[in-house]
Amino acid sequence: MIKRTALSALLILGIAAGSSFGQATPGKVIVLQGARIIPVVGEEVDGGTIVIKDGKIAAIGKSVTIPAGADLVDARGLRAYPGMIDSYSFLGLQEITGVNETVDNREMGRINPQVWAIEALRYDSMHIPISRSNGITAALVAPTGGLISGRSVLIKLDGWTNREMVIKNPAALQIEFPGIRGGRGGFGGGQRGGGVGAADASRLITELKELFAEARAYEKRKVFAQKNLMLARPAFDETSENLLPILKGEVPAMISVHADRDIRTVLQFIKDENLKAIFFGAEQGWKVASEIKAANIPVIIGSLYDMPPVWDDGYDQLFMNPVLLHRAGVKIAFSSASATAAKDLPYHAAKAAAFGLDRKDALKAVTIYPAEIFGVSPTMGSLEIGKAANIVLADNDILETRTNIKKVYIDGKECDLSNRYTELLDKFKKR
Amino acid sequence: MKKMLKTIGLGVLLGALAAWPVFASGGSLLIKNGTILTVTKGVIAKGDLLVVDGLIKQIGENLQAPAGVRVIDAAGKFVLPGIIDSHTHIAIAGTNEGSEAITPEADVGAVVNADDTAILTALSGGVTMVHTMHGSANPIGGPNVVLKMKWGRPSEELIVHDALRTLKFALGENVKQSSRTILPGGPPPRYPQTRMGTNAIIRRELARAKDYMEEWDRYTKLKASKTPPPTLLPPRKDLRLETLADLLRGKMVARCHDYQATEALEFIGLAKEFGFKVQAFEHAWEAYKIADELARQKIGISVFADSWAYKMEAAEGIAYDAGYCAKKGVLVSINSDSGERIRRLFNEASKTMKYGGLTEDEALRLVTINPAIQLGVEKIVGSLEVGKQADIAVFNEHPMSAYARCDITIVDGDVYFDRAQYLKDKEDAAKKAQDAKKGGRP
Repeated sequence: MIKRTALSALLILGIAAGSSFGQATPGKVIVLQGARIIPVVGEEVDGGTIVIKDGKIAAIGKSVTIPAGADLVDARGLRAYPGMIDSYSFLGLQEITGVNETVDNREMGRINPQVWAIEALRYDSMHIPISRSNGITAALVAPTGGLISGRSVLIKLDGWTNREMVIKNPAALQIEFPGIRGGRGGFGGGQRGGGVGAADASRLITELKELFAEARAYEKRKVFAQKNLMLARPAFDETSENLLPILKGEVPAMISVHADRDIRTVLQFIKDENLKAIFFGAEQGWKVASEIKAANIPVIIGSLYDMPPVWDDGYDQLFMNPVLLHRAGVKIAFSSASATAAKDLPYHAAKAAAFGLDRKDALKAVTIYPAEIFGVSPTMGSLEIGKAANIVLADNDILETRTNIKKVYIDGKECDLSNRYTELLDKFKKR
Repeated sequence: MKKMLKTIGLGVLLGALAAWPVFASGGSLLIKNGTILTVTKGVIAKGDLLVVDGLIKQIGENLQAPAGVRVIDAAGKFVLPGIIDSHTHIAIAGTNEGSEAITPEADVGAVVNADDTAILTALSGGVTMVHTMHGSANPIGGPNVVLKMKWGRPSEELIVHDALRTLKFALGENVKQSSRTILPGGPPPRYPQTRMGTNAIIRRELARAKDYMEEWDRYTKLKASKTPPPTLLPPRKDLRLETLADLLRGKMVARCHDYQATEALEFIGLAKEFGFKVQAFEHAWEAYKIADELARQKIGISVFADSWAYKMEAAEGIAYDAGYCAKKGVLVSINSDSGERIRRLFNEASKTMKYGGLTEDEALRLVTINPAIQLGVEKIVGSLEVGKQADIAVFNEHPMSAYARCDITIVDGDVYFDRAQYLKDKEDAAKKAQDAKKGGRP
């Protein structure tokens, strides 16, 4: 009885905080029955079964033995997808974008490798449950601004504290080159750019090279001082300290770069510095797609809710960029580049599909491709045995606006799908 | 028939003289074998639509094209009425006369800019008509204007004179200048700085306008009488109050930018007090909280689908707003308020299917017939019906699908956007550039 009260208290708390239902009971087995399984990797299965055990997919397919005592979930008429991954967002760093008190994604100054998104991540942001209830189960959260913006983190959209949400930290160090029209476009993205004046990476690359050289020298001095007690330790240099992981190849650099000539310049820079790199944006990537492919750099596509940065590239340039990159063999992933509109991730993928990207590839670019790009594909990004049970049950195509998400599991735990929208709606429905 | 062909010929000739868009069809064309979404008269799974001289002449099966009339093959495609955006600021020179709080004389219709490339952006998303509004800097802004997206035509030809005359009002954070930083040496804060002041200043101006109107009515009456007093003088003309008097006389309707429920309810109170019509609230992010009042008083809303939390007063702007209000009987339209969002207005409308449970047909109404009703043009556009103006879009998929793409946009029977032609032109240009390179020319 006491246990029961505690559980219902937990349930109420769960709804209030917008986090998930209780805890996954260890050893508890959940079986999803009868769904059309779209594993993303491998063949679709109609009327299939998924067995979830210890947070992972224990079995999946047509003929699966159902363990005794399992919780059975009737998923007939639904489709099972892997949870979607938003490859670039401000979730947990922005609440009301126009109210500075609630915005933590942009530190002042230009060189900020020492700021870490995880340390400011507001785990009970109202935008997280809204995204989750639209089938998004993981997101990259990135700091922005300046030349070196800070470290991003890959999170799952579930957890009672910021650290509980971490999938990979740091996910990348964020480096930003100027947008084609200077900046990344503002509210509504209504600007129309004419020229390519603002973008010029070369001067900034000189600055980065100097910082990298300094960091390498600092590292050397530190090593020497350790070996030779007669040498003084160099004074703690937070910039160098925080650059070293990317210089050692331990952490990738996610580089926001936009204009074709800047992309070329940056490709050479990546080669020179021997960086593990991911591109973000690359709006004119289609012009240099073969070079991006040759360097094997994946591209995170920014929000498609924007105007073409160069009008003469054509009205459909942003919508066509993903398919043109994909055709050239570049690995792409979609992103919301937002907190307040992060739930719209699937619609960016669908928009690219409307302009020629194969629908299956569009789906991969919000599931398995980002998992591969962030180096987490062994444990997530598709529905396969042994992977985390990040599963979405939907009544239709997950990239369609009309589709309703019926159930979401993260690490095998059923998530609460209520959110700020439904709370307010329910409140005023009582009127 | 002969007469019609003559008209077409004349249209083509005039078109050539005035640099008519390359796709001009002389206002006549036949769309064949498409799925026709009429919006008001159901869906025709496979049908034809004949346009003659800019008007929809016939909708049916196996229609024949008169000689010389362009035929558009819409097999496998969706034919729908041109999308109407009930709230934009495109195609004008200047949006806000923000120097003063009360500027009903600042008419947006006087500064139409037909060269704004946002018109092309709109066309690429199937938009054929917009309500271009004064900005939201002032409690009382200025008159707005309804435009057709006729790229390449002179400004006067864009203006839709059949539309209701609308006057912009605004409430809340923009009006009280919440996000403005007062700089030393810069302009001082402007009254009002609160929602109380906003309501008060609107009441004050309406009271003045009422006096003004009554003074003129008295004068007109006396002047028309058999024995006008010899000393009768007309009251002073005041263009500011003249516009407001038109509102009070019912010659104009109010379109009011608001976010919070309280300010909306109080504005409705002012409308009752002074006897004018509130046609719609703009943005209306808390409309779901007062849906009953809006429905009862037949006040519409023109809102975003889900763009929210960009400022404090948008913090409770839930994505269910539009769908919930529509189900409660409020006349709802989805607007863009942006030169970018305008091209995916159909995507935005489709979100009401998930948030609010609207059907495909109901969701499509939010960007077609509903905005037409709000603008008072539902008799001429907003649906595909015989006799209506031929503002039409052709999509590859149902417009409420996330995979939808606009392929053709037609205004008054002329093709203003054609994706196939655009792709061909682009290819030709690329080829030309390559040939030029080969030829060794600079």
